Amino acid sequence: MRLTGLAVAAAALLGVSGPAMAGATLDAVKERGAVRCGVNSGLAGFSIADSQGRWTGLDVDVCRAIAAAVVEDAEKVEWVPLSAQQRFTALQSGEVDVLSRNTTWTLTRDASLGLHFTVITFYDGQGFMVPANLGVDSAKDLSGAEVCVQSGTTTELNLADYFRANGMEFKPVVFESFEESKTAFFNGRCQVYTTDRSGLASLRASDAPNPKDYVILPEAISKEPLGPAVRRGDDEWFSIVKWVIYATIEAEEYGVTQANVDELKANSENPVVQRLLGVSGEMGKLLGLDNEWAYRVIKQVGNYGEIYDRNVGPDTPIGLDRGMNDLWTRGGLMYAMPIR
Amino acid sequence: MRSDGPSRGGFVQPAAVQPPRRVPLWRNPTARAVAFQAVAIAVLLVLAVYLVSTTIANLEQRGIRSGFDFLENEAGFRIGETLIPYSPSDSYARAFLVGLLNTIHVSALGIVLATIIGILVGIARLSRNWLIARLASAFVETVRNIPLLLQLFFWYAAITGLLPAVRDAVAVLPGIYLSKSGLMFPVVKLGNAFPFVAIALLLGIVAAFAFRTWAKRRQDRTGERTPVLLVGTGLIVGFPIVAWLVSGAPLELDVPEKGRFTYSGGSSVTPEFLALLLGLTIYTSGFIAEIVRSGILAVPWGQTEAARALGLRQGRILRLVVLPQALRVIVPPLTSQYLNLTKNSSLAVAIGYPDLVSVANTSLNQTGQAIECISIMMAIYLTLSLSTSAFMNWYNRRVALVER
Repeated sequence: MRLTGLAVAAAALLGVSGPAMAGATLDAVKERGAVRCGVNSGLAGFSIADSQGRWTGLDVDVCRAIAAAVVEDAEKVEWVPLSAQQRFTALQSGEVDVLSRNTTWTLTRDASLGLHFTVITFYDGQGFMVPANLGVDSAKDLSGAEVCVQSGTTTELNLADYFRANGMEFKPVVFESFEESKTAFFNGRCQVYTTDRSGLASLRASDAPNPKDYVILPEAISKEPLGPAVRRGDDEWFSIVKWVIYATIEAEEYGVTQANVDELKANSENPVVQRLLGVSGEMGKLLGLDNEWAYRVIKQVGNYGEIYDRNVGPDTPIGLDRGMNDLWTRGGLMYAMPIR
Repeated sequence: MRSDGPSRGGFVQPAAVQPPRRVPLWRNPTARAVAFQAVAIAVLLVLAVYLVSTTIANLEQRGIRSGFDFLENEAGFRIGETLIPYSPSDSYARAFLVGLLNTIHVSALGIVLATIIGILVGIARLSRNWLIARLASAFVETVRNIPLLLQLFFWYAAITGLLPAVRDAVAVLPGIYLSKSGLMFPVVKLGNAFPFVAIALLLGIVAAFAFRTWAKRRQDRTGERTPVLLVGTGLIVGFPIVAWLVSGAPLELDVPEKGRFTYSGGSSVTPEFLALLLGLTIYTSGFIAEIVRSGILAVPWGQTEAARALGLRQGRILRLVVLPQALRVIVPPLTSQYLNLTKNSSLAVAIGYPDLVSVANTSLNQTGQAIECISIMMAIYLTLSLSTSAFMNWYNRRVALVER
């Protein structure tokens, strides 16, 4: 894993990919006929390959939506599973066109890594999971505990900040790979595991020997806005990724679903829906795409609500309520810029 | 220069009649060699400049921060085990230092232990006792032929899998607890007496060495042997004890106490450290055993026979006659094993030990400065390896046979 990281770094050193110029990414993607998408190598609900090798998850569906808009087929995605350490170098060096890998938007990353975050696709916060039999019910009781954590994430810093701010002690046990860190926790090496709360839910559902033996503490100790990022210096591509995601949110807001998109395209009188689906206006052209871009996204992948429910919603093993990730009209934070 | 033609059948012409013809520069081997090397160096330099400038240009163009200024910034993350005081408000530079010391800690201990086990096993392989020899071969073949990473996973899984959870820690001895969180044991707090005891220990070591030199001279002169080991140990142990008694014999035990989650107080060895040390030691000792065996076999059998004829006992033959001669064969390959062990310690990240690579990885991710962090790591490993080599080369020159 580290070797790949080095290879990627070496690629960046040698400038293999050549300079990024405006519009270069879109042209490259069209020529290749596929979007190259950097994803997590295994996080149930967000990005994981099933037994048939088909990738599923919220982050994965974002890539599919981009592919549906740009190369007209949601399945034309080349998946590049990346470790936490590799991800930014892979994007910087041109290894991937878009990084959709539960990545937190922070100032340092935005300002110093040569990348642009596009739109938040999942609002999250860091939390703690402990074995139920420890009898802990608040993060404030964790002083003196041993905490298993994966390196290469914002998690380590939040963890230290939280304990420092509350005057508590702890001992981190830091693993390079996600697999080792979770194995160590479920083996009982640490009393506490920490990562984003969505990750904890995913872990408890898919990895715990018995999910009931573990509790996720109520505190969210940080803000973790997760969303796809693109390379700096290609504004056209940046816009496309941004608006593809807005289109899925806008579609949910106006009730356009995978099931009724054809009917609405033929019959809807609503000018917003007409513009979204390319019946009127030249929205797609302005982005450098065709006018059916958003129609294909909804038809092939679905609107944001459908993507959410399918991957992490209450009916999935992950079982996360919409909460902050609900539409703004229902008290959540999902708010698409108007498509007009 | 002499041509063969005219001299055939006649007498040899004097050689120095004509001054030697000047050889053109491109035919002069020395000049040609210098020119080739200059060209090679120039090409290398141009490549290096091209590489560095492209990198810098690419980084700038993409708005990626570069440079080593970040080393002075606050690191912000915690490190699980540290040999020097460290807190999240310290700088990245200090975090790197903590990682480096952890790497040196595990490598140095690993080198000492692997050498001891390696020598014992290497000698055991040559034993005339069938069982011992076969056991030693089985050990060597097993540990040499399983990838180190797998061995680390094995030891780590064995330690964290078999031991009880920390709340059910077993007391091996009173005050010593063993659990998935590692081995916790009491430490003696010396308080004010510490500096005196430390100085006394140093004095004891110096005295022991002085005694050994004296005993050797005495043996050369009179042929009488002195129990060097016994007296030396007595000096090294006795001096600090006397110093401790003189300074009022303060005795305070810092015993690990059970807290809500883990034990506090005392000292501890984490399972990560233990697994890494075990893995590195055992893996490398397999190779060292083979090196020792080949070294011993390289000493002619006649040497042993001659020593036997002089009436030396088996242990003395090995220690005084065979091993000193075997060392010149052993030391060079031993050096590369030491280097391997140090470099292999970077596999620590896989099992959660905070070595240099682990700390650098975290720093890399937080700052995003991959090129800088990776170059720091490479520079440090290079320095460590070159220092080890330099020391071992010095030692090698010292033990080399003086040829007559």
